[in-house]
Amino acid sequence: MEKLFTISIFTENQVGVLARVAAVFTRRHLNIESITVSESEVEGVSRFTILSKMNVDQVKKVVKQLEKQVEVLKAVYHRDEETVYQEIALYKVPIHSIHNGMPVEEVIRKNQARILSMEKDFIILEKAGYKSEIKQLFDQLKPFGLLEFVCSGRVAVTKPMKPFAEYLKEMELAQVAVGSLQ
Amino acid sequence: MIGEQKYHVSEQVISGAEALVRSLIAEEVNYIFGYPGGAIMPVYDSLYHYTEQLHHILTRHEQGAVHAAQGYARTSGKVGVVMATSGPGATNLITGIADAMIDSTPLVCITGQVPSALLGTDAFQETDVIGISTPVTKWNFQVTKPEEIPEAIAKAFYIARSGRPGPVVIDITKDAQFGELNFQYEKCQGFRSYLPKPTPAPGSIERAADIINQSKKPLLLVGQGVILAEAENELKTLIEKTGIPAAWTIMGLSALETNHPLNVGMLGMHGNYGPNVLTNECDVLIAVGMRFDDRVTGNLNYYAKQAKVIHLEIDPSEIDKNVKADVAVLGDAKASLAELIPLVNANTHPEWLQRFRDCDAIEYEKIINAELNPEKEGLTMAEVIRRINEKTEGDAVIVTDVGQHQMVACRYAHFSKSKSNITSGGLGTMGFALPAAFGAKVGAPDREVIAIIGDGGFQMTLQELGTVFQTQVNIKIVVLNNQFLGMVRQWQQLFFDKRYSATELINPDFVAITKGFGIKAQKVDNRNDLDSAIHEMFDHDGSYFLEVMVEKEDNVFPMVPSGASISDIRLE
Repeated sequence: MEKLFTISIFTENQVGVLARVAAVFTRRHLNIESITVSESEVEGVSRFTILSKMNVDQVKKVVKQLEKQVEVLKAVYHRDEETVYQEIALYKVPIHSIHNGMPVEEVIRKNQARILSMEKDFIILEKAGYKSEIKQLFDQLKPFGLLEFVCSGRVAVTKPMKPFAEYLKEMELAQVAVGSLQ
Repeated sequence: MIGEQKYHVSEQVISGAEALVRSLIAEEVNYIFGYPGGAIMPVYDSLYHYTEQLHHILTRHEQGAVHAAQGYARTSGKVGVVMATSGPGATNLITGIADAMIDSTPLVCITGQVPSALLGTDAFQETDVIGISTPVTKWNFQVTKPEEIPEAIAKAFYIARSGRPGPVVIDITKDAQFGELNFQYEKCQGFRSYLPKPTPAPGSIERAADIINQSKKPLLLVGQGVILAEAENELKTLIEKTGIPAAWTIMGLSALETNHPLNVGMLGMHGNYGPNVLTNECDVLIAVGMRFDDRVTGNLNYYAKQAKVIHLEIDPSEIDKNVKADVAVLGDAKASLAELIPLVNANTHPEWLQRFRDCDAIEYEKIINAELNPEKEGLTMAEVIRRINEKTEGDAVIVTDVGQHQMVACRYAHFSKSKSNITSGGLGTMGFALPAAFGAKVGAPDREVIAIIGDGGFQMTLQELGTVFQTQVNIKIVVLNNQFLGMVRQWQQLFFDKRYSATELINPDFVAITKGFGIKAQKVDNRNDLDSAIHEMFDHDGSYFLEVMVEKEDNVFPMVPSGASISDIRLE
């Protein structure tokens, strides 16, 4: 049965790694629902957070195929309940919807959205949370004439995972062991 | 202080192109297979000054260069080096790179690229080589600055040859070739994101030994991992101590000599009857350095379900990919087998081994005898291989292309030494054999190298006869001509009601063509002339081309139909 998995991949920060990571999914005809890449807590190491639907058997293979890539340090997969996650969205709403006495203020308060910027013609709202919360605000702002909407991919921190720095230490020790054999 | 002095002595300002050449020399490269062009010209100019140390072999097409490098790597155990220009030069390499990727062959392919300022502008002969080669390389890297060259080359060789070997592409912009750097070379000793040889999980070897010690009907499968790890002796010690019969994939062929009493033959679609059906009867299946390819397993739902599976493998992503392992032993085959040997009990399995012999007898009577000793008028491919065996006594390197002749050669050729069967196993690349054969000869100059090729595949890369002529390399080329794309025709006969769609070949005069390339050639179309022709071929000092007209519509049997269980292997 297909499930949504959060796949976290730690890689060297180099040109072409994104294409290699994506190719592991493309080859197996798997769609990437969302992807976020940023620096991790370790300097020079990028962290990919990828959401993709597949079955457990597939995700195990995908993670091994990812780790097989020379520049990938570690890849792990988790289910939603094993992670703390959220997305962030920006909404551009026309200013006249506020002046027209429509209940935008109420919508902002109830959804705990933030006003990031207010311009002559529009305001920019920000909402961080689960996809469902972002969707709820989207639905409620739609009647006011939403001018623009953009949402990030998921970012997730895993609850049970060993800190990446520990993996890295182990990997560096393994390298020393290999070196001493040569 | 000593280190500092050394640094100053060895440091020199040279061009990127020369740095590349010197880096190759530092990696002990002797041969480059390649083809020049605009974007790689500075490198070719530097090569001009190093012809004593670095021999460049000019092929007639870049695909020929990459297959030659594969053949070289497979017989020599070294990294094959390929050079090509940007654009079409690089794209022509892709088939061979994909072939090397799936067959785990170590290659370093160096491609020229347009100057970095022109990247992404659709410049003349520009293609996104990194983008195109990413899915078919173990690693690739674009060099845009001369100072990046030594480290990129060092890493390329390290990655290509270590762990599970594979092809690497280094794409070098023309300005990086022209630009200067302070040259200093240091071999790569490893880097943190890549662990080439995983170590077995604690206890896994002991668990594997326990299962083997309790087994009544064990079967061992030999993959190319045994050859790549040079674990042939360890393999032999293990099976001889335990009495376990061993079958092989075509990539594992020649790791164990043909006449070894525990060699029970070939696995898979056109493999031997015994190892196929008995895979589904064994109680323990020990896979060594193989990846359970679909051509080996047939339908996975009916593959060795009764057996406990022990998988010795260097690539963690192969574990549980196709067949679930009860015990996975991660690591290089040589190290893992060596650790396993002292833990297994000395044993014999005469009754179990007899089952293989019984199956052999059935296969011999139904198929093999008529193939090797035909009474019909037309020549069979197998009898040609038999005559070659008689002459070589298993000492030759046999290079095959793809199709019926490949299956026949793998089934019937005799091998007494490892690294002797060179074929395109995973990708099934027609046109592989001719260039791979001269590469194989360059990699093993003291060995007899025989290319066995079909009439279809021969015409995919026959321009490489020009390379054979120019280099005066001594290889024997045998074309088994059935005037068909035989394997496709066989499938059409069996599964498409004999609708022979686009498989009949009206062939040119191969002997005349080959003679035109300055290579001695002969054609045989009847049994009486075969022996003398084969003798003449081997007696000739130099390359020789022998075309043998074989039966047009022979089929290769046994056969596991696509999607069927290996138990349903067809003998007719």
